[in-house]
Amino acid sequence: MLKIYAISKTFFPNTVNEVRALQKVSLTIEEGSFTAIIGTNGSGKSTLLNAIAGTFFPDEGKITLDGTEIINWPEYKRASLVGRVFQNPFAGSAAEMTIAENIVMAMRRGQSRPLRQAVTLSVKEVIAERVRLLKMGLEDRLDNPIGTLSGGQRQALTLLMATWLKPKLLLLDEHTAALDPKSAAKVSELTKNIIQQEKLTALMVTHSMQQAVDLSDRIVMMHRGQIVEDYRDEMKKRVRVIDLMETFDRVQKRELFDESVAALLEKQYV
Amino acid sequence: MNLIIGAFTIGLILSLLSLGMLISFRMIKFTDITVDGSITLGASLSAVLIMAGWSPWLATLLAFLAGSLAGMITGILHTRFKIQEILAGILMMTALYSINLRIMGRSNIPLLDTATVSSGFEKLLIELTGGEAKLLVFGWPVSLADLAVFGSSLILCTLIGILLTRFLRTHFGTVLRATGNNPQMVRAQGVNNNTMVIFSLALSNGLVALSGALLAQYQGFADVQMGIGMMVWGLASIIIGEALIGKTGLGVTITGAILGTILFRLLIAIALRWGLNPNDLKLVTALFVFLALVTPGMFKSMSNKFFGGSRHA
Repeated sequence: MLKIYAISKTFFPNTVNEVRALQKVSLTIEEGSFTAIIGTNGSGKSTLLNAIAGTFFPDEGKITLDGTEIINWPEYKRASLVGRVFQNPFAGSAAEMTIAENIVMAMRRGQSRPLRQAVTLSVKEVIAERVRLLKMGLEDRLDNPIGTLSGGQRQALTLLMATWLKPKLLLLDEHTAALDPKSAAKVSELTKNIIQQEKLTALMVTHSMQQAVDLSDRIVMMHRGQIVEDYRDEMKKRVRVIDLMETFDRVQKRELFDESVAALLEKQYV
Repeated sequence: MNLIIGAFTIGLILSLLSLGMLISFRMIKFTDITVDGSITLGASLSAVLIMAGWSPWLATLLAFLAGSLAGMITGILHTRFKIQEILAGILMMTALYSINLRIMGRSNIPLLDTATVSSGFEKLLIELTGGEAKLLVFGWPVSLADLAVFGSSLILCTLIGILLTRFLRTHFGTVLRATGNNPQMVRAQGVNNNTMVIFSLALSNGLVALSGALLAQYQGFADVQMGIGMMVWGLASIIIGEALIGKTGLGVTITGAILGTILFRLLIAIALRWGLNPNDLKLVTALFVFLALVTPGMFKSMSNKFFGGSRHA
């Protein structure tokens, strides 16, 4: 479904602030799988997601989605294949516009925008039906500006919007990290249900290892712009949070003793 | 009465300017100063074409298109060449100053005894009244010519207001309104937000130029200086409209902009009548907009001080 071949991205190249955010990362995601990407801050996990979404163009490498080479597609064009939910619960909807208007825009994601009235009574009924399934009582508030809702409610609606038209790939960028624990649990559960019901292919970046273990069927660990660990199938079923923690520690210790340090020690003591 | 009809007519004509600015300033949140140039562009182009014997309707339509082109260029300067929005507007406005002088060939063109878009309406009125030159409105004599301009402006303005409301409620218009609100979200829905900005600025400046064309025909001249400060006037009108009837919903916002412009023109007419020096008009308007932008926040902090403070004391 999604194939990433050796993509690299260096921010601020040839300056003191140079960051090698992605270093020849390759990853293949099968259709219908739910992959979680975990890693420390600055490990490149969000950068990887943004590279797929098209927020920036990688320095090298290729990305194919559903058999199409998309590396040269701008962000808005990729939206026809990709649904997204952002970390910021306010980033996925237009605050001053009503719930119905926001959803009606998502109902034509990546399609033409004809000069017909967008929010009609019949469209509103369709929207109310799907919104009722969220069990948040929002179906009676379709004409309220979406900015009057809480972060959790907006994130639930953003998830609904991203999946209204079945995307080839659903990208979730730490989408519960900015929510209070109760809302986060609710959105987490909703994510699981929608992905199962619609049989979506999903890629989720998360800080929460518990969430990665609970929701996904594959866990990829990143560190310093590279994939360091890939738990899948039987291995994923056995993995627990504590195992992930240990791997994290191991990776970080290995880091303390990298090649340059080894060379330094060699010079001094050998 | 003539004064009031006059203020109403100018208010209606300039409400097209306010509607245009509503799109740029409020919907795509683009502070577009091209307006100062495109209103003059509309006026000068239509004046030259009408003097050359073109149909006033065709001249007005071309003015709209010319304004759209100017707005489109501002949009391209900003989106394609990454020039700050204010600077992109200033560049276009400055360029338009020379372009307007080129179009007119001099700094001022009088439009006396020429046909205008309201000529047809005036003929109709004369036929209806049987050749009277003046008509009694609430007991006051008003010239048919003035009444004709007022009537045709009212019809045109209402029509454009309704069309604009309907347009902004379409699928395309909905995305347009979201563009200023959250461009990231618009991209995630598969729409190129830069294209929306360019289109919006074209529509906005088209309306502004249309307003300029009608204004030139009403006041009987086009002048290269007439656009100075128009953006602030439009802004003042929008703010008055929002204070007047609020901004809950699209229809309300658009009606508010139109009513706000008319009220603003009435206030100006009254102030001038009371002896305000016309030279001070733009200073007063700028002060008004400043106060309107600042006071909502000040009221909030003041009420916090008085009420919040006493409660905790």
